[in-house]
Amino acid sequence: MLSVLTAALVVAVVASLFLGSAHLSPSAVVSALSGRAAPESIERVVTLSIRLPRIAAAVLAGGALAVAGVAFQALTRNPLAEPSVLGISAGAAFGVVIGQSFGLGMTLREALGLTAFAFAGALLAAGAVYVIAAFGRGLSIQTLLLAGVIVGIFFSSAITVVISLLDFNRLGGVVHWLLGNLAPIPSGALALFACLAAVGFALVVTHARELNLMALGEESLQQLGVAADRLKLTIFLAAALLTASVVAFVGPIGFVGLIVPHVLRILLGSDNRLLVPAALVGGGIFLLFADTVARSIVAPAELSVGVITSFFGAPFFIYLLRTRYRPNL
Amino acid sequence: MLAELRDVSFAYPASAERRERPFALSGLTLEIAPGEIVGVIGPNSSGKTTLIRLLTRVLEPEAGEVRLDGVPVRRMSRAELARRVAVVPQGTVPQFPFTVGELVLMGRYPHDPGRYFESARDHAVAREAMEATGVRELADLPLEHLSGGERQRAVIAKALAQEPRLLVLDEPTAHLDLRYQVEAATLLRRLNRERGMGILLVSHDLNLAAEVCDRLLLLRGGRAAALGAPEAVLDPALLAAVYGCEVVVDKSETTRRPVVRLTWKEVRDTR
Repeated sequence: MLSVLTAALVVAVVASLFLGSAHLSPSAVVSALSGRAAPESIERVVTLSIRLPRIAAAVLAGGALAVAGVAFQALTRNPLAEPSVLGISAGAAFGVVIGQSFGLGMTLREALGLTAFAFAGALLAAGAVYVIAAFGRGLSIQTLLLAGVIVGIFFSSAITVVISLLDFNRLGGVVHWLLGNLAPIPSGALALFACLAAVGFALVVTHARELNLMALGEESLQQLGVAADRLKLTIFLAAALLTASVVAFVGPIGFVGLIVPHVLRILLGSDNRLLVPAALVGGGIFLLFADTVARSIVAPAELSVGVITSFFGAPFFIYLLRTRYRPNL
Repeated sequence: MLAELRDVSFAYPASAERRERPFALSGLTLEIAPGEIVGVIGPNSSGKTTLIRLLTRVLEPEAGEVRLDGVPVRRMSRAELARRVAVVPQGTVPQFPFTVGELVLMGRYPHDPGRYFESARDHAVAREAMEATGVRELADLPLEHLSGGERQRAVIAKALAQEPRLLVLDEPTAHLDLRYQVEAATLLRRLNRERGMGILLVSHDLNLAAEVCDRLLLLRGGRAAALGAPEAVLDPALLAAVYGCEVVVDKSETTRRPVVRLTWKEVRDTR
C-alpha cells in the first residue's frame, strides 16, 4: 500500500513538472531537467526555479501537515483534531506575522528566526487550548474543538491588529501568505524547511507504536509500560514543530491534516505505524493536487492553495461531524 | 508473594469543591499468592479503583509499599511492571476503529518496546490469547462492531497477551447481561486453573466475587472492613453495616458458594 502511494506521489510530481501556465513542451522540460537547456532559457528558469521549488514546497508542506494531523489526533484521542481546527496554525501564523513585523524574510538565517516565532506561537496557542479544554484528560470532542475554534479566532484577530499596524506596502504579501501560498522559496530556506519537517516526522514515526496504545486511554497507556507524560510531550512538540515550519514557509494551510489521515484510515485502518508514513506521502500528493487546481482553475491568475484545501476541508469536516463521530462515542 | 500492598495509604489532591483530602485508601495491607484469586468488593468510592492504580503505579502511595515478587514497584520500569501485571479496565472503546487482532497485539508491547512491528512469536502469543477467550474468529473485525461481551473478551485477550502473572479486572461484568456473568466467571476460573495465573477481581457484583474468588477483601472508606474466605466476609450483619441495607446470605445449591440477596425490606415498608 505504501509503495502504491509512493508511486502515486512520483507520478504526481512528474505530472506537475510538465503542467503549468507557461505551456512548455514536454521535451523542453526534459532538456531543462537533464541540464541540456541553455542556462538562461525560459524552460530552464520555469522548470528548475519556479516549478521544482513549488512542487518541493507542496510535497513537504502537505506531508508535514498530514503527519501533524495524525499526531494531534492520537494525542487528543480525537479524530477531528488537526492543526488548523485546534487553532494551532493560527497561533503559529501570529508568531510569523510578529516575526515579519521585525522585518524577517526568507534568507536562511531569517527563515530560522521566523520558524522560531512560529513555533513559539504554536506553543502559545496549544497551551491556551490545553488550559481551556484540559486535553489529555479525555474531555469530550466538542469541548476540545470549541476551545480550538476560540483560540483560532483570537489569534486571527491578533494577526489583523498587527497587520493594520504594518507598513501598507508590505500588506499584500502578508495577506497572500495568510491564505497559504506555495510561491517559490529560496533553496536555502527550502532545505531548512525539509530538515525541520524531517525532525518532526522522525519523532512521530519512531513513536507510532506508542501512538496506537494511546487510543486506549492514559491509564492503560501507563499500564502497558509507556512513560505517558514523556510520550505526550514528545508528540506534542513534534506536531507543533511540523505545524510551525509549514506556517513559517508556506502559510497556514487548513484541513490537510484532517482530510488526508481520514481517507488513509479508510484504506489502511487505524495502525499509526502504517498511517504516519502514509500520511507523509499522501499529504504531499493531496497538496500537490490542490495546488494544481489553485493554479489552473482561474488561470492565468491563481488562487492561494489554502482556499482550495478549505473548500474541500470545511464540508468534509461537517460531514465527519454529522456522520462519523457521535457526541457520546 | 506474587503481589503485596503493605500498609498503603493514598489521598487524591484537594480540589476546588473539596478542600479536605480524605484518604482514598489508608493503612491497607493485602497479599496475593501465586495462582490465587482475590476479590475486592465494597460500596462506591471505597477505594477499589485506587487500589488498582497503586498496584500498577499509575499512582504512587503516600505511605507504605507495593511489591511484586518481592520487588518494590517503584524500582521497576513500567514495561517490567506490565510484563507482570495486566489490567482489564472498565469499558475500553478506542475512538479509532482498531481491529480485535490489533488490540490484542498491543498487549505484546511491554515484551519488547523497542520493536516497530511485532515478531512472529508476538503474533503466536496473541493468537493463542484470542483462542483462550474465544475471539479468534473476530480478529479482523473493528472493536466497534462487537457486542459488549465480545468486546470484553477481546480486552481480556489483550491482557493475556501480556503473559502476566497477575490479571487485574475492574468491574468486568458492569453493564453486561446475565449470560455474560456466567461466561466471565467460567473464563476466569479456567484461566486460573490452566495457567496458574493470579487474579485480582474488583467488582460490585458480590455473587460473582463469591463464586470466583478464593478470598475476598471488603473495603469501606479506604479501609479493610474484612479480609478472608467468602463465607466469612459475606456476613449479613457486616454487609448490612458496610452497605447500609439489609441482606440475606444463602448457599448456592450447585456450587455451595455464598449467595447474597437483598431483603427489599425498605421497599416493602413503603407499600
